[in-house]
Amino acid sequence: MKNILAYVESINGTIKRSAFEVATAAAQLKSKTKTNAIAVIINGNEEIANQLFEYGVDQVINIPSEILQKYSPQAVAKALYQLASAKECDTMLFPASSDGVELAPILAAKFDAGYISDIIEMNLENDDIIVKKPVYAGKSIIKAKVNSPVKVFSLRPNVFTPIKQVSDVKHYEVFSPELSSNDCKTIVVDTVKNEGKIDVKEADIIVSGGRGMKGPENFYLLEDLAKVLNAAVGASRAVVDAGWRPHSEQVGQTGKTVSPSLYIACGISGAIQHLAGMSSSKVIFAINKDKDAPIFKVVDYGIIGDALDVLPKLTDEIKKIKG
Amino acid sequence: MNILVAVSRVPDTTTKILIGNDGKSIDNNNVKFILNPYDEYALEEALQIREKNSGRVVAITVGPTENQETLRNALAMGADDAVHIKSKDENFDSFFVAKNIANYAKSFNPDLILMGKQSIDFDSLQVPSILAELLDLPVITIVTKLNLDSTKVIAEREVEGGKEIVESSLPCIISAQKGLNDPRYPKLPDIMKAKKKTIEEIPAQAFDNKVEVISMELPLRQRLNKIFNAGDDEIKEVVRLLHEESKLI
Repeated sequence: MKNILAYVESINGTIKRSAFEVATAAAQLKSKTKTNAIAVIINGNEEIANQLFEYGVDQVINIPSEILQKYSPQAVAKALYQLASAKECDTMLFPASSDGVELAPILAAKFDAGYISDIIEMNLENDDIIVKKPVYAGKSIIKAKVNSPVKVFSLRPNVFTPIKQVSDVKHYEVFSPELSSNDCKTIVVDTVKNEGKIDVKEADIIVSGGRGMKGPENFYLLEDLAKVLNAAVGASRAVVDAGWRPHSEQVGQTGKTVSPSLYIACGISGAIQHLAGMSSSKVIFAINKDKDAPIFKVVDYGIIGDALDVLPKLTDEIKKIKG
Repeated sequence: MNILVAVSRVPDTTTKILIGNDGKSIDNNNVKFILNPYDEYALEEALQIREKNSGRVVAITVGPTENQETLRNALAMGADDAVHIKSKDENFDSFFVAKNIANYAKSFNPDLILMGKQSIDFDSLQVPSILAELLDLPVITIVTKLNLDSTKVIAEREVEGGKEIVESSLPCIISAQKGLNDPRYPKLPDIMKAKKKTIEEIPAQAFDNKVEVISMELPLRQRLNKIFNAGDDEIKEVVRLLHEESKLI
C-alpha cells in the first residue's frame, strides 16, 4: 500500500466535525500499514493543520487556490488527482457529505478506481481494506472490498469516532495544482442557509415526528425539545408527503439514512422504510400511543402514550437535568 | 431538447430484506420491484421540460431481462423511447452501469442527462458523477429545483443545513432529489400503450468489477426494550435512564 489521502472539509475557515472522523480513520489505517496519512485541505492554513495533527495524520497539505474559492466538484477532483499522483496516494477517504459523495466518484473515475460510498466500518485483513456499507437504506449490510489498485471510500458522518492521538511527524506543505477557470464546469452562485437549524445528517440527537403529531401546528413541541437537546428535527415520510414538514427533514429509505447517538421518534408507528433509515442509531426512544406499533420492537426506551401529552412533560424534565 | 433519463429497478420500499442463498445478495423471491423513486422525479422533470421545449425523452436502463418492466413504467409515464442495455445478471457495480450509459450517450448526444440521486438498493450515489467524468460534462447532484433555458441550467442543490444555487452550461448531468416535483401517475390507457412499444435492446459491454461484495448480513442490534406507560413518574424515569444509563442527555 502507498499513502492515504484524507479529504478535509471546512466552511469559512472552520473544519467540519467530519474532518476529524476522516483524519482519525486515515491515521488508524496508516499505523497498521506503515504508510503516510495525508490530510488535504483547500484554502486552509497552518492553524487548521495543527488541529488535524492532533488526530494522528502526519502530513497536512494545503491547496491555496483562487479558482477553488467556490466549490466546483470537477475542479476540486482535478486538484486532488494531481496531488494524489504527486504524493503517491492509493487510498482516498472522503466524508459522505453532499459534496463528498459528489466529488469522490469523479476522482475515482479519474483513477479508473473502485469506490465504496457511505461506509460504516473499515478493517485491514491480509493487506486488504475490508469495509462494511449499509445497502437498501440499512435493511442489510454488505462486506466489500475494492479490487482496483487505487481505492476510494466515503465515510458515513457520525459513525467513525474522532480520537486524539498526536502524530510524531507533523509535516505541513502547500501544493499548487495546475487549474484554470475552465475546470470549474459548475459555479455556485449563491448559498442559502437554514438559519438556526441543525441538519438531520449531521445531528448527534434527532427528534422526529410522524402522523401521531396530528398536524403541522403541533411540531413546535418537537422544536422545543430539540432546542433543549441541541437536536435536529426529523420527520416521517407520511408527514412530509402531507406537506407538514420539508423533505430535507425526512428520515427513511426515500429520505435520509441517519446514525445519531439518540433518535427520539414521536408519533411514528415505524413503517419498514422508516426503520431502515434510523435503525443504526445508537439509542432509540419512541413515544407512541399504540402499544403494538412496530417501532417498539426496535427501541431501547419507549413510552406508550400520546406524543402531544408526553412531549411537554418530557421537555420539562430534561430542562431540569440540563439545569 | 433531447433528454436521456437513466432509470433503475429496485425493491419496493416496503420490502422486508432477506439474504439470498449465495450469502451476498438479497433473496428476490416475493419481492415487488418498482421504478426507483428518485428516478421518477428525474423522469417527471424531463417530461415537464419536453412539454415546454419539445424534443424527446429517452429512458435508459442497464440490467437483466426483468428491467424491461421498469422501462415500461417509464414509457407509461410518458417517455418517448426506451433503451435496454441488457446484461445477463444484475450488476451493482457503478462503473459498469456508468460506462454502459456513457457508451449510449455518446451516440445519442442528449442536451441533458437526468437520473435519481441514488438507487434505493445499493445507495451508492455514484453513477451521475462517474458519468460526468466519462463524458466530460458538468454535473450537479441532489437537485431539488431546476430552471433552464436553451444554453444553461440553474439548479438548487441540497447541502447540509441549506442549499446551493448552482449554474452550469448545457449539456449537463443532473441528479434528482425528492422535492423536485410531484411525479405523475400513469393512466391506464398509457400503461396499455406502453406495453406495445418497442424497446431498443443493446447488449451490455462487460467490464471487470471494481468493487467486490464479499458477503451480506442483516443488521443485528440488541436493544434494551424498556417500555413504560405515560405516567409522570415514568417519564421522569426515562429521562433518568437517558441521563444516567445511556449518558446521552
